[in-house]
Amino acid sequence: MAEGPLPAAPVLQLAGVRKAFNLGLPTEVEVLHGIDLTLRRGEFCALIGPSGSGKSTLLNLIGLLDRPTAGQLLIEGQDTGALEDAALTQLRGRSIGFVFQHHHLITAFTAAENVMMPLLLDRGWPGEAMRRVAESLLERVGLARWRDYPVNRLSGGQQQRVAIARALAMDPPLVLADEPTGNLDTKSADAAFDLMREFNRSRGTTFLIVTHDPRLARRCDRIIEVVDGRILSDAPVAALAAPAFPPAG
Amino acid sequence: MKRFLPFELIAALRFLREGRMQTAFILAGVTIGVAVIVFMSALLAGLQANFIKRVLTSQAHVMLLPPEEVARPQRGGEPGVVEDAVVQRPAQRLRSIDQWQAILGQLREMPEVRIASPVAAGSALAVRGEASRSVTVTGVEPETYFQVVRLPDNIAAGTPRLTSQDIIIGTELARLVGVEVGDRLRLSAASGRDAVLTVTALFDLGNKQVNERSVFVALRTAQSLLGLEGGVTSLEITVGDVWAAEVIAQAIRRLTGIRADSWISTNIQFFTAVNAQQMTNTLIRVFVGLSVALGIASVLVVSVVQRSREIGILRAMGARRGQVMRIFLIQGGVLGLLGSLSGSLLGAGAVIAWHSLARQADGSELFPLILQASLFLGAAVLAMLTGVLAAMAPALRAARLDPVVAIRG
Repeated sequence: MAEGPLPAAPVLQLAGVRKAFNLGLPTEVEVLHGIDLTLRRGEFCALIGPSGSGKSTLLNLIGLLDRPTAGQLLIEGQDTGALEDAALTQLRGRSIGFVFQHHHLITAFTAAENVMMPLLLDRGWPGEAMRRVAESLLERVGLARWRDYPVNRLSGGQQQRVAIARALAMDPPLVLADEPTGNLDTKSADAAFDLMREFNRSRGTTFLIVTHDPRLARRCDRIIEVVDGRILSDAPVAALAAPAFPPAG
Repeated sequence: MKRFLPFELIAALRFLREGRMQTAFILAGVTIGVAVIVFMSALLAGLQANFIKRVLTSQAHVMLLPPEEVARPQRGGEPGVVEDAVVQRPAQRLRSIDQWQAILGQLREMPEVRIASPVAAGSALAVRGEASRSVTVTGVEPETYFQVVRLPDNIAAGTPRLTSQDIIIGTELARLVGVEVGDRLRLSAASGRDAVLTVTALFDLGNKQVNERSVFVALRTAQSLLGLEGGVTSLEITVGDVWAAEVIAQAIRRLTGIRADSWISTNIQFFTAVNAQQMTNTLIRVFVGLSVALGIASVLVVSVVQRSREIGILRAMGARRGQVMRIFLIQGGVLGLLGSLSGSLLGAGAVIAWHSLARQADGSELFPLILQASLFLGAAVLAMLTGVLAAMAPALRAARLDPVVAIRG
């Protein structure tokens, strides 16, 4: 019997991850109830679910911005549970890129400097190599001529493209995008989505995209649906028989 | 982006530049605070130096005097019996210091003593024709004494020469007895001795009483006139550190066993005034420094609140707590440093302007202009430290921000 290609290495592994807030208080509430999830290198996944389902909490845990109450979270095979704050920050900076809904660029810096920022934070001092990385990425997102512009002089779509370039500056294995097209018009949203897709294919970067837009979700390879703090469904888009989104209204 | 600057400094400068209005206001605050400190310090240093110069160049820093005469009633009779006695306070004769040459030698050996000069002083009448005035005759060795009391700096006419036939008198006495430089003046002592001397110079010490009552002659002339052959009535000393004069006087007292009065003990009111002035200056500095620190802290606290989302993003991208903290500490330091530079310039300009405007009645300067580099360097270092310390609380707050909360806003 012929063997298929080996599955790609896991970038992210969650096993029995739980998250509760107000621990020990009468108001204690658990919002994630044992999440098991694996993302492999090169995957392009959508994370969907209704408001309050725990998507953002899950994204914060995966982004190492918060710690789970229980369970195991591995980034490229490294268990993050025992890491000190400084080591966790370093791992986050080197392994995870972020794209936010409101792009969240640092307005005191130019477009190129914003793209350089993760490298600058990691190394401490600016360098020519960083500059080249930033310029190359800005060229890839079509903003080469805007590199020395203050970011607040760019349009919303341009700013989001800068944010995508910034998320890729450290060439991280995993990029988390929280509603990256939520504030953009359809054309800009498509452009931003296409960019992420292109980087996913050309670099093999794993993307996990939180979205409320069914159209964009269906353009991903895999859709993970979270409802009430649990993964309700997790399947390749091709395998989905019915729309993953409830009808509007 | 400058390649030779670390990230924290670049970010701090960019944040300050971006918040131009806030930065300008707090810089103006720090500038005014530092200018007040520089102005007050330079002004008080000038006034103080002027007072000290006036006081300490017209008198000795330490003066050694013969012991006062005390009554020693005869006691006798049987042991255990206390006799009743009426003791009258004795009159203080003009007396010489015993073994003064040996003591003078000891004083000149002391490292703290710059100059020691013997003086024979007493009272006499200055007589010319029908006019006479009672005066204090001070017999000195001019080569040493003129380094203790800067008489040559205050000569209004003539040359301050003192041979055994010469006399230097004040301008007021010259006017009263009607003499000029080159005229002869007779001094008559209470002992009945007298001397006729040539006026070589007239001095003006800026005090009418002193200009009328004091005359200076050679030591030997005074000794002969006052009946103190070979004796001196005081040893006058100039020390290196004028503020240590009292301590040195005590050391001399222990060393020689004779009375030594420092300028501090004989000018206690002046010394108290100088101390009060210094304390006031220190208090002003402390309160101005505090208000500068609070100004910087409040601006940075607002900045942390305004930038909390950006701080959260930086943390998400891998900024360590220490990096975030340093961004705000550097902002505090830069505000302090820039404020101290502009404040120093403003303060120095104000002192220079005040110095040129504030004049004495005769048009001479009210106080000497003292602008030492140490004042500006001290102000810069102090303002920078104040800025960094003031930034500590906002910087800690920024470093402790939870990135999740900060990004959510």
